[in-house]
Amino acid sequence: MKRRDFLKGCMACGAAATLGVSQKAWGMSSFEGYPEGMGVLVDLTRCVGCRSCEAACNKEQQLPAPDAPFDDKSVFEEKRRPTEKAYTVVNRYETEKKESPVYRKIQCNHCNEPACLTSCFVNAYTKTKEGAVIYNSKVCVGCRNCMIACPFNVPGYSYSSALNPVVKKCIFCYDTRLKYGKPPACVEVCPQEVLTFGHRNDLLKIGRDRIKEKPDRYVDHIYGEKEVGGTSWLYLAGVNFDQVGFDTTMANEPIISNVKDFLGIVPMVLTIWPALFTGFHLLATRNKNHTDHEDGHSAQEDPKP
Amino acid sequence: MYAVRNWLIGGLFMLALIASPAGSRAKTTPDTLELDALVNLYDKVHFNHAKHIMLVKDCAECHHHTAGTLTQNPNCVKCHKNSGATASVACRSCHFIQPFSAAALRQKDKTAYHNDIMGLKGAYHQSCTKCHAKMGGPAGCQDCHTRSKQGDAFYSAGAYAPKQGRVEEKHRSH
Repeated sequence: MKRRDFLKGCMACGAAATLGVSQKAWGMSSFEGYPEGMGVLVDLTRCVGCRSCEAACNKEQQLPAPDAPFDDKSVFEEKRRPTEKAYTVVNRYETEKKESPVYRKIQCNHCNEPACLTSCFVNAYTKTKEGAVIYNSKVCVGCRNCMIACPFNVPGYSYSSALNPVVKKCIFCYDTRLKYGKPPACVEVCPQEVLTFGHRNDLLKIGRDRIKEKPDRYVDHIYGEKEVGGTSWLYLAGVNFDQVGFDTTMANEPIISNVKDFLGIVPMVLTIWPALFTGFHLLATRNKNHTDHEDGHSAQEDPKP
Repeated sequence: MYAVRNWLIGGLFMLALIASPAGSRAKTTPDTLELDALVNLYDKVHFNHAKHIMLVKDCAECHHHTAGTLTQNPNCVKCHKNSGATASVACRSCHFIQPFSAAALRQKDKTAYHNDIMGLKGAYHQSCTKCHAKMGGPAGCQDCHTRSKQGDAFYSAGAYAPKQGRVEEKHRSH
């Protein structure tokens, strides 16, 4: 065997091994949620803004009393977002197309590949096989990285707590309901059945069927099917999604894809680089030491013969 | 001889077919209904069925094809043009009280056409409010449902409303 062929072979094997490893390690990029994962299909064309979901959430999660009654419609004057005291809020939007306003419920969308989970350095977050993104507030150190990471601006923060502020958000009623196969409290209370609970895969089919059956009623898009790698909560609307407060510039790639390549290098940097550069250093300074010795400088450093 | 007998049986059968829906309707159609599914938050709704029959006339408006009258919806007619009255015309026999329970989700036939049937509460509200808006019927929540004490507590309203002072204080501090 010629020397050149041998080297070629080595290169090819090395490349194959690297590719194999990287594919295995980064296979997560094609994760599309757990097959039995649950979800909720939110049909904005049915919502009448009664705020019953907010009341149900408040009672189920034992949140503090609200500032205003849950049948008070004056809250619609401003656009709200979820807080430590309300894990879900309904906002009202006046749109060009519809003469009556459109209402939109906001809560955690329970991403297939949650950015909050990725950003959390104490591993407080878990994506359960039922589809919920839950968190362990005992582990949370209150760094608020997840609040920055969340593409939907969902996690709230207990600013009211001086000593142990932690992140607070919708957990899909995991502890009290989802774990036992029951729909979340907001779904159960909704009078208009705006919220349809079921397996995410079935909900996508139902959503497509509704669009197909009533093409005049719906915009031909299920928000959350692909956005940021897919979310457990999905939305149908009668007007363009950007008119009712949705971010329509969201990529279909999960947020983790933005950082995964970089994060993949971190272990390599930490393990290989020190050894590699120490080696380079030693190689580079081997002869130098010799000359140093000859020159008489730093003679005590290297007593090697 | 056989021919005559067959004719007789056939005739009787036809008679029975014609007579039975009307007869059974008269027997089972209630004049009033008490809707108590939301009784933990609201008082029972006394639904005046007779009045709604008088006003709407067409059973299919609420009961689709199940009451034996032809529905106008072109989508339904595709299959239900000739379907007769079903054994039960009660809303709850197709629209489940618990549409999202684990049992209901398991039962769902994913290949069937009707795989997106609304729950009872959703079906009532969608159907009632749409028609009430058109006909000028009561439209607000409490126009049909009188909220109970538990309901007030649930909505933090009425006697359970947050103290006004606190709200004002909150606004001032902002």
